[in-house]
Amino acid sequence: MKRKSFDSPYDLQAPAGAEGWQELYPYNLVFRDNLRDKEDKKFWFCDSQHWPNVFKPFETVGVEFAVRCLGAYNTRHYIIPPANGIEFRIHNGYCYMSPVGVAPELIPDRVPHFLQRAGHYFQNWESLLENWKKKVHATIEEMDAIEFTALPEMVDFSVVESGAGIDPTAKMMADYDRLIQLAYQNWEYHFEFLNLGYVAYLDFFMFCKESFPGIPDLAIAKMVMGVDSVLFRPDDELKTLAMLAANLGLADVFAKNDGAEAIIGALNGSEKGREWVTAWNNAQNPWFNYTSGNGFYGSDVYWRDHLDLPMGYVQDYVARAAKGEQLHRPKDALIVERDRIVGEYSEFLSGEALATFQGKLGLARTVYPYVEDHNFYIEHWTMGVFWRKVRQLSRVLHGYGFWNQPDDMLYLTRDEVRPVLFDLATGWGVGADCIAPSYWPEEIERRRKIVDALSTARPEPAFNEPPAEINEPFTIMLWGITTEQVAQWLGGDEEDPNSLKGMAASPGVVEGKARIITGPEQLDQLQPGEILVAPVTAPSWGPVFGKIKATVTDIGGMMSHAAIVCREYGLPAVTGTGSASTKIKTGMTIRVDGSNGKVEIIG
Amino acid sequence: MYTFPFDSDATPEHDKLGGKCTSLAIMTKAGAPVPPGFAVTTDAFDAVMRQTDLHDQIARLMEGLNHEDVAAVDQVSAQIRELILNQPVPAEVHDETHQAYENLMALCGGEVPVAVRSSATAEDLPDASFAGQQDTYLWIVGRSNVMHKIRECWASLYTSRAMTYRHANNIPEEGLSMAVAVQKMVNARTSGVAMTIDPSNGDRSKIVVDASWGLGEMVVSGEVTPDNFVIDKVMMHTVKRMISDKHEELIPDGKGGVSRHEVEEPRRSTQCLNDEELMDVARLARSAEKHYGSVQDIEWAIDADLPAGKNVLLLQSRPETVWSQKPAEVKITSAGSGIEAITNSLMAQMANRFGTSGN
Repeated sequence: MKRKSFDSPYDLQAPAGAEGWQELYPYNLVFRDNLRDKEDKKFWFCDSQHWPNVFKPFETVGVEFAVRCLGAYNTRHYIIPPANGIEFRIHNGYCYMSPVGVAPELIPDRVPHFLQRAGHYFQNWESLLENWKKKVHATIEEMDAIEFTALPEMVDFSVVESGAGIDPTAKMMADYDRLIQLAYQNWEYHFEFLNLGYVAYLDFFMFCKESFPGIPDLAIAKMVMGVDSVLFRPDDELKTLAMLAANLGLADVFAKNDGAEAIIGALNGSEKGREWVTAWNNAQNPWFNYTSGNGFYGSDVYWRDHLDLPMGYVQDYVARAAKGEQLHRPKDALIVERDRIVGEYSEFLSGEALATFQGKLGLARTVYPYVEDHNFYIEHWTMGVFWRKVRQLSRVLHGYGFWNQPDDMLYLTRDEVRPVLFDLATGWGVGADCIAPSYWPEEIERRRKIVDALSTARPEPAFNEPPAEINEPFTIMLWGITTEQVAQWLGGDEEDPNSLKGMAASPGVVEGKARIITGPEQLDQLQPGEILVAPVTAPSWGPVFGKIKATVTDIGGMMSHAAIVCREYGLPAVTGTGSASTKIKTGMTIRVDGSNGKVEIIG
Repeated sequence: MYTFPFDSDATPEHDKLGGKCTSLAIMTKAGAPVPPGFAVTTDAFDAVMRQTDLHDQIARLMEGLNHEDVAAVDQVSAQIRELILNQPVPAEVHDETHQAYENLMALCGGEVPVAVRSSATAEDLPDASFAGQQDTYLWIVGRSNVMHKIRECWASLYTSRAMTYRHANNIPEEGLSMAVAVQKMVNARTSGVAMTIDPSNGDRSKIVVDASWGLGEMVVSGEVTPDNFVIDKVMMHTVKRMISDKHEELIPDGKGGVSRHEVEEPRRSTQCLNDEELMDVARLARSAEKHYGSVQDIEWAIDADLPAGKNVLLLQSRPETVWSQKPAEVKITSAGSGIEAITNSLMAQMANRFGTSGN
């Protein structure tokens, strides 16, 4: 029988061994017992698109900064008439969200403010965006300049000589505070344009839905999308490097060696090789500030820190270039297709409707590049630098025996780190033992067990009673959560076991062998011609999209990264299937219908 | 020129071929998958009327006819039709029609059943929807049977219904003529209609397809509830799909006629064409629309004898007459561009807002 409602989070047991998990996270992020009545009146859905894995305590910084800033721009900057922000909680280690509406009687008063504020941004989009890039770069630069190092045996004589009178612990504490502050700053900037970008996109989206009832979401996406997103630049850089290697006659070096160090070493022995190495070095800043994760986890691997990763992709591309394969995305074909779609829909309109269509499309195209590009500047670049500095500090403290593993600082919340720094400053200053080594290793082991226990369970898709119909367009567009999807979650046991439904995210129909990939470290298992099936993908999995046939994900809507990348690569994609990565097993033959959002297991 | 093969190199003239045959000839020329056939032109009809005293006899019978008098109209109608069916056909018309028929049979590799349909010169005009006013005869086998059905088509110009319609719409009797289409019968496994507009709202970005088992007549006449599909013509994506209980089908009885059959379960509630065939139908409708430069209403069939990919045939294409004359009724709440329009569309979502928490 179908349920009408999801469980209350208060009734959901934590996995065995995870008891007391609430204490790992800030008090304001968990469902509190004394607020049960209030919390149970809200419908919460799991955002496993951005946060597919259990948070380590430090990692809540991403959701806290991101979702708070998203809300603030709706609620306090632009006064978006019908929408405030999104409430968020952590439950059993996963992230749940609940959009906050505006009481109908308060909406009219918000309109003039919205017109003035959002209007200013739309009218000055290009110049404000120029300024935005400068601000974001400045933040990153300042963050990049922060260095955490072990404290000296004695303060430098220059401090004495100059009478500065301050030892390095003050700077270490200030740098830590500044690091957190700078991350917060770029997360504010992140939403400065994003919400408005979506609003303009949504306006065009709604016009299309009204003018052409039933128009596929994909058609609208294709009309708006650019083909030159910054998000694809890192992958394009690798392809360009691969072609340069082929042109310089260096393909053998890439075939015979493994690992960035060995290959660079071999290349440095020849003039042409050195030419290539120079190009490789030039590409790294900023384009290797790129993660195969999504920027929200301290364990995310960034190309810049793991050069073997991009080098592996380059090797793969060099081999393909040698076989005469076309490496770059079919940009011209994408543009031709986009123009065809716009042209044909335009033909069905005339007069004012046509002018409206063109006006809205024009605005959507002006603002939309930001929706894709920002991801590189914030999630990849800013967060890449941020996590590098966090790990750097963690390793310094590990060096003092504060914890057992180099990156264990991630098991502290960001506010627990501050007293640890003072503990160090005190021990160092007093010339006695710090307390941390006798406290944190044991406490971290306890926490690690809890996080591991939480990780044994997948998140519930939602909590409490859903609204009768989900038609809040952002929820559908960004999270892929539809009325049908929620009904499917509720009636999970009545499904056909060999058939899955999801979003028709990128068109085309193919059959092939499935490969389940649950994390970037497994990407090298993918064989040419396989179909990638994953809980969620990241855009930086880009290099593998050149060799797969199609993509299926559990989570994500039309604007999810998998959907965007697959459209760019012209591959079929079905996103938001809910359970493809558990229902489908590696080696099964599946049929992916990206035009109709269907996946079938056929053998 | 009394006959005109659809694949003729000559230019098809509407006055000579009537709407249906003109469209078939144009489609054939454009490479559309139309079953082969030929037109018996209005010249043939005119020769029959003028080279005999038929024309004068009809005029005499019509003289002073009170069109309000149903019994009188019925009687005159019957007399005229009798005359047309029995009047010997001029030798040249007879010989040329025979030859055209033999040529068609040769093209089909032997004697195959044909459809004989009237092709009126006024029927398909966008402003005078004569659709269904004339007759269609299916699965006709043999030369003399075909000749007889051609006469029946001619005679169908004078059914009581047609005479009354002309009178009511001030269409003059003088100069009335008709062509007849003789076309290879499609061995239809599935057939139906398609319109290059959504008739429920005038949305021109859609193709609406109705499909049912067997021959298409029951879809056209509304005797079965067909499967219904709405396809976005730009993306060629099925956006709506309704599979109906198709309880009956019309199939050839093997004796030169057709008969109705009950469709057994589970076939009756099964989608009657696969998705590839559906896309072929949609592409066919779209290419007809592009070819004519106006919204089209097509009849199509899937021939059971033909291989996949080549089995979807176009039977007819004509301009859609209702929506092409008025603007779409699609409601737009977010007209205009710029910040005010954006605000309007945001406000339109108020009623649809996510969540019931009200916080």
